[in-house]
Amino acid sequence: MKDVSELSFPDDIRYAKSHEWARAEGDTVKVGITDYAQDQLGDIVFVELPEVGESFDKGAEFGTVESVKAVSELYMPVGGEIVAVNSALEDAPERVNNTPYSEGWMLEVKAQNASELDSLMDMEAYLASLKG
Amino acid sequence: MKEYPGATGLILNEPLLWEKGKQGRSGFSMPRRDVAPQPLDDRLAGDGPDFPQLSEIDVVRHYTRLSQWNFGVDTGMYPLGSCTMKYNPKTNERQAAQPGFARAHPMLDDDLCQGILQLMYDLEQFLIEITGMDAATLQPAAGAHGELTGMLLFHAYHKSKGAARSKIIVPDTAHGTNPASAALCGYRPVAVKSNDQGILAPEAVAAVMDEQTAGIMVTNPNTLGLFEENINKISAIVHAKGGLVYGDGANMNAVMGIVHMGQIGIDVLHLNLHKTFATPHGGGGPGAGPVCVRRHLEPFLPVPRVIKQKGRYRLSQNFKHSIGRLHAFYGNVGVLIKAYSYILSMGAENLKKASQLAVLNANYIKEKLKDTFHLAYDRPCMHECVFSDKLQQPYEVTTLDMVKRLMDYGFHPPTIYFPLVVPGALMIEPTETEAKEDIDLFIDSLKAIAAEARDNPELLHAAPARCRRKRLDETTAARKPILTG
Repeated sequence: MKDVSELSFPDDIRYAKSHEWARAEGDTVKVGITDYAQDQLGDIVFVELPEVGESFDKGAEFGTVESVKAVSELYMPVGGEIVAVNSALEDAPERVNNTPYSEGWMLEVKAQNASELDSLMDMEAYLASLKG
Repeated sequence: MKEYPGATGLILNEPLLWEKGKQGRSGFSMPRRDVAPQPLDDRLAGDGPDFPQLSEIDVVRHYTRLSQWNFGVDTGMYPLGSCTMKYNPKTNERQAAQPGFARAHPMLDDDLCQGILQLMYDLEQFLIEITGMDAATLQPAAGAHGELTGMLLFHAYHKSKGAARSKIIVPDTAHGTNPASAALCGYRPVAVKSNDQGILAPEAVAAVMDEQTAGIMVTNPNTLGLFEENINKISAIVHAKGGLVYGDGANMNAVMGIVHMGQIGIDVLHLNLHKTFATPHGGGGPGAGPVCVRRHLEPFLPVPRVIKQKGRYRLSQNFKHSIGRLHAFYGNVGVLIKAYSYILSMGAENLKKASQLAVLNANYIKEKLKDTFHLAYDRPCMHECVFSDKLQQPYEVTTLDMVKRLMDYGFHPPTIYFPLVVPGALMIEPTETEAKEDIDLFIDSLKAIAAEARDNPELLHAAPARCRRKRLDETTAARKPILTG
């Protein structure tokens, strides 16, 4: 595992305590897991995502990510309806390890409440929580 | 210089039997034909199955060589946490192989298999006495099947009270099978966090327990090897709201003859005969996961049940509130015979002593290694102790690297990366059947590995070096599995 200083944390996204990220893109919010989360999990071998059209509240479990070490739950950083899932992860789960903020994205959500995004941590706050 | 069990030796290659077969070879001679040849109906003829043709020695060498690639409890110490890989006494195999048991067919009439039925009836009584419960079923095929049985019993109980419930409380230290079994039965698992002492706080349970919650699943001792000291209060909180308490008996090896499960409020408890009661498991299974219950849940136990009437034993279907049948015939009877043999050969006092020694061995390892590895919770443990790789992180050595190296020293790796509440967990369960000399060698091996982690981390990254197969690519195996030959 890497030191936090070797990991990348963009400042144009918001961070959840459970290590998901969320980025506003037009009308929707893109969701994935952070560089820290993928590094802690190790090589990811399977990602289980919900169906398009399902709705979840903020904090609800939307799927699981399985690495060689363990299976972990994934939680909604913002509540809303799933409008797209990254089906490329089915055959290439390593994208979550390699490019967690771009090709490794997981969901596109139509957020039910825009203020939920603002309640998430910014880059500085997330970094501080990791070092804490 | 200490001599560790791990060494290099001549291990022989062995191809698949299909690659080894040669046209015309055979392991036996067909008896002389004593009837006249008859033409075969074309509709019955066709290509035979694709079996390799082999001589007896081909087959014997094949399986002998494969067995030499293997590592089992009969080879060496197997401290796999939460799995209770204790030695499986050979007398149990001998009893199960007795012709009266081994040749009995499950469709025999009750009158023709009184011996097996009596054994099953008596085994239920033994398990009831060991756990302090009131009734039992031997049917479930293994632990998770026992859990499912327990959840079905919960459901039947609440339904009988006129109010089905929707949720089950499961601590974050639980085996993954607990929430899975609850979910399979249609319950929604509600996670509750353990406290900074590694156990459940009554307040945390009280905060989520309500009248929609069917009950709680508790493993005691838990998967951190810690005794849930608040279990009485937790049971009272759950019972006060009409809920039930499920005890996962995976770690029963710590408390045989010591904890009365009925008195600490457990309503349903499963046992793993293949762990606590010394029947083979892993590749040597199958298992058995009997479920013991308190009196108020007895009407719902699966059928058939073994009953005793006028000195005769019978399988009875006549329980109208039963959740029904869970297994073909009556569970894995061969396993039941071995566990029965184990309980009788140990006796009450020695079962209790086995638990005491299992706890002593784990605490001995914990104390001897706590300056070498970070101890997740520094307090007395039960039958297993949990370390992490925190102290080795500066050398970029992980738990995985260290346990791979442990194979070079001749020990089976402990459980790793579980429980999930300890990052980089290294979970060691020595069991009572290891001698002090072997435990000391195991401790010295881990100390030597910690020194290697500091001085020569590359050695660990490349480990194992002495095994027939070196570091396997587990990632590619999981991402791109090849499931055909």
